Amino acid sequence: MTTSRRAAASLEAGAGRASRDGGRGAHEQPAVCDRAAALASLEDRLGHAVEASGSDDEVVVAVSGAELPRAVEAMTALGATHVMFLGMDLRGLDPDGGLAVEEVLATPGGPLVRLRAPLSPERPSHPSLTGLVPAAAWDERESHDLFGIEPSGHPDLRPLVIHEPIEGLPHPLLRAPLASCEPRPPRPFRAFVAHGEGVYELPVGPIHAGIIEPGHFRFSAVGESVLHLDARLFYTHRGIEKLVEGRTFEQALAIVERACGVCTVTHATAYSRAVERLTGTEAPPRARAARVLLAEMERLYNHVGDLGNICAGVGFHFGTSRLGWQKERLLRLNEGLTGHRYLTGMVAPGGLRLDLDGAAVTALASAVDGIDHDVRAIVRRLVRSDSFMGRLHGTGVVTAATARRLGAVGVAARASGLATDLRVDRPTDAYAEIDVPVVTHATGDVAARFHVRAQEALVSSAIVRELAGRLPDGPIRVPPARVAEPGTSTLAGAEGPRGASWLWLMAGRDGRVERLHLRSGSFADWPVVAAAVPGNLVPDFPLINKSFELCYACTDR
Amino acid sequence: MSDGAVRASVPVDERLRSSIMRRLGRSLHVRHLDAGSCNGCDWEIAALLDPYHDVQRLGIDFVASPRHADLLLVTGIMTRNLADAARRTYEAMPEPRLVVALGACAISGGVFRGTYAGSDGVAETLPVDVLVPGCPPRPEAIIEGILVAVGRLDVRRAGRQAT
Ligand code: SF4
Repeated sequence: MTTSRRAAASLEAGAGRASRDGGRGAHEQPAVCDRAAALASLEDRLGHAVEASGSDDEVVVAVSGAELPRAVEAMTALGATHVMFLGMDLRGLDPDGGLAVEEVLATPGGPLVRLRAPLSPERPSHPSLTGLVPAAAWDERESHDLFGIEPSGHPDLRPLVIHEPIEGLPHPLLRAPLASCEPRPPRPFRAFVAHGEGVYELPVGPIHAGIIEPGHFRFSAVGESVLHLDARLFYTHRGIEKLVEGRTFEQALAIVERACGVCTVTHATAYSRAVERLTGTEAPPRARAARVLLAEMERLYNHVGDLGNICAGVGFHFGTSRLGWQKERLLRLNEGLTGHRYLTGMVAPGGLRLDLDGAAVTALASAVDGIDHDVRAIVRRLVRSDSFMGRLHGTGVVTAATARRLGAVGVAARASGLATDLRVDRPTDAYAEIDVPVVTHATGDVAARFHVRAQEALVSSAIVRELAGRLPDGPIRVPPARVAEPGTSTLAGAEGPRGASWLWLMAGRDGRVERLHLRSGSFADWPVVAAAVPGNLVPDFPLINKSFELCYACTDR
Repeated sequence: MSDGAVRASVPVDERLRSSIMRRLGRSLHVRHLDAGSCNGCDWEIAALLDPYHDVQRLGIDFVASPRHADLLLVTGIMTRNLADAARRTYEAMPEPRLVVALGACAISGGVFRGTYAGSDGVAETLPVDVLVPGCPPRPEAIIEGILVAVGRLDVRRAGRQAT
């Protein structure tokens, strides 16, 4: 509780960064690693000089497929964490370009390191990294589904994204068939279940008994306790990464921001920042401040909505309905500001597509203040209800070690004591100029996630009120400074309501998208949910699930 | 909280309430089906149950099982991965059953049109009665769409008697 109290105290005082590292647990190394140190560690481990390109905050290093695991070890030894792993088919730009995989790691306080390994298009394979970096397990399964790239030694190569093979399109993201590519034999989904006396299996979904997204869960339970949970997701897989190929940056925006309809600002911002990096463009000050304002409105309505959903998970309708009311008030403010209840269509490469409504901005601070006041009052009443809090305490515990091992991000990470937040760790736009207290909690249970969300909602409301009062004047958008060089690629991240969302983008010819990969916060956190459930009661699953508030749409894409 | 007094589209509300009573003599049971949406349309459906819109006061209930449902409210493009489960959901509903395609995706595939991962809208898989445009449609538009769909019950019943 200490850290969140500190955050609350600093909020109350209206100033101060509670923790750029103040909230960091003692277990985390605050060591800072720069480009030179990262490269030195790599060369030391690989035993030869490496070829590196990129900038100070993003280094691309060429390694061979066989060297990947050692290169990853060299990075994790420095405290680097997994960001994403992706496959790519480079034959679109160069028929002899072959395939490649890239493992991206974030060094503490230092650059992103992108380990790029070229693979033969004959039989693309590389040693699996899942043993070293458990968080890469799903990424490797995905690149196996989409490109036929085999992570040899992967412990679980069931299909992930493409449930049933698509006729004539065994690996939909390939630019041309692989020489070795046999049509994939249909592999029926087999859930991992536990066996033993008194163990029974409980299949749930994909279609659920509420207004929620589809996913299949297979519980192995003894009595009411869950022994094991296996999940099959990707029912809302829409093939976004293929759809945007060959489109102009402007056309692709509308698709990317709809990866998730309730994180549109997050995805549009990460995408726009990636395009800006590739085209050497910088958004003007008004746009950079407005993006932050919009991102915090997005966090605010999502967090308030989810606090209500946690009440629904408990069956405490007072909270569900009072907080649902506050969420609706926020959606109406969104509409006044931007014309869209979910803020879609605002953020764009180079700035904003539309300016915020002047009158709505003027009225925003006092409107948000009123909502902030009501949310505080409702949360106070919830926290004083023993029967409500009794369901939250000790339910769905994720330890700091598990969170770190599985690469948790966002509220899921912070509620388990990991002080990670892209707004502070790698600030972009106007975040570089404002103080964002990082709210953490130690217990890792549903109660911790409830408290972190409640505190963060108040932080967001403070940022919105501050920015609404001092939005700079001036233009909202600048044209691209240059056409992106074909074949160049970059990454950009944004801290959304569901944690750090990272977008990888490669430019094709004439300023078009060659390859885009989106690793949303929800994608990173799903395996954490599965780890939080065993040992809990089956009927607590919906509550645990809601406390993470992951989105299937941004996971499935 | 002066905005607490704002009520969405009062006349449509009244028409819907009486239309449901006249045609069913009980409440209308709705089953939501996310067939590959971005979650935006689904949040607007969820908003129907918040205290602002509170569609239960009009005699609309969201039910857990398709076997209890009169109307299937479908969002999303209808992905390959979900098409089978979606078909089975529809088949589990008793006649006369209504299908509302909600949002640009469910109508035509929306921004995801042409993807390998699904179809360009719900109509390729299920017989759709009413289209509700929007990205996402506002809660008021969804209420209006349900009103139109309930009106189709007469046509459905007449059609059934004729065969
Ligand atoms: S119509 Fe728009 S809001 Fe609805 S699912 Fe499609 S993209 Fe999302």
